[in-house]
Amino acid sequence: MINVLFFAQVRELLGTAQLSIEASEQTQTAEGLRATLAATDDKWAKVLASDKLLVAVNQTISQWDTRVNDGDEVAFFPPVTGG
Amino acid sequence: MRLLPNVRVQTVDFNVADEYHQLAQDNSDGAVVTFVGKVRDFNDGSVVTDLTLEHYPGMTERILEQIVAEARERWPLNKVTVIHRVGTMALGEQIVFIGVTSAHRKAAFAACEFLIDFLKTKAPFWKLEAGDKGKNWVEAKDADEQAAQLWQHKS
Repeated sequence: MINVLFFAQVRELLGTAQLSIEASEQTQTAEGLRATLAATDDKWAKVLASDKLLVAVNQTISQWDTRVNDGDEVAFFPPVTGG
Repeated sequence: MRLLPNVRVQTVDFNVADEYHQLAQDNSDGAVVTFVGKVRDFNDGSVVTDLTLEHYPGMTERILEQIVAEARERWPLNKVTVIHRVGTMALGEQIVFIGVTSAHRKAAFAACEFLIDFLKTKAPFWKLEAGDKGKNWVEAKDADEQAAQLWQHKS
């Protein structure tokens, strides 16, 4: 399973903070995982299509072609605004 | 002597006098520089009444420690404290504390500024503002990203 987390507006717009998804051929990269989740419905497609969306694989900011393995933690979130 | 970075993410407020006291103990340091970020009553022309900070537990602490390690590589620092609050804060409340000590002021000032620039653009915190127009997620600013990128070319 892949543990998927959502933060800030992404979490709020999806109405979901966390989910688990079975690792598959489609989820082998961050982009593949995003596309798989985007196929949930129109709302998910729209939120996850944002060109500002960031992805972290195992708590490290990653590129969209980053490999995702079974057991990984993948988080989707908007640009950060702390400080 | 190098001490482990004092990095904290917490809901409770911090006391600047206590933090200063802890930073200022070493007589080999001639400089202590601190920065405090507060909740202000406006943003982009809108009234702000309170602010909620969300973060990514686990990743936040890792990133903050990486940023502190990078600052230590760039400047001869002794003590470093980074505190970032999460949860809901009222107007005027303290959000973030950065404190650095060094033998000389230049390194301490530069490291403090570097830390806040990197924290604003690399650490997974998000601000949700409440105001007279409802709740609004704060947008990332290009200027903050440019400030962080400038550090690639200066010391």
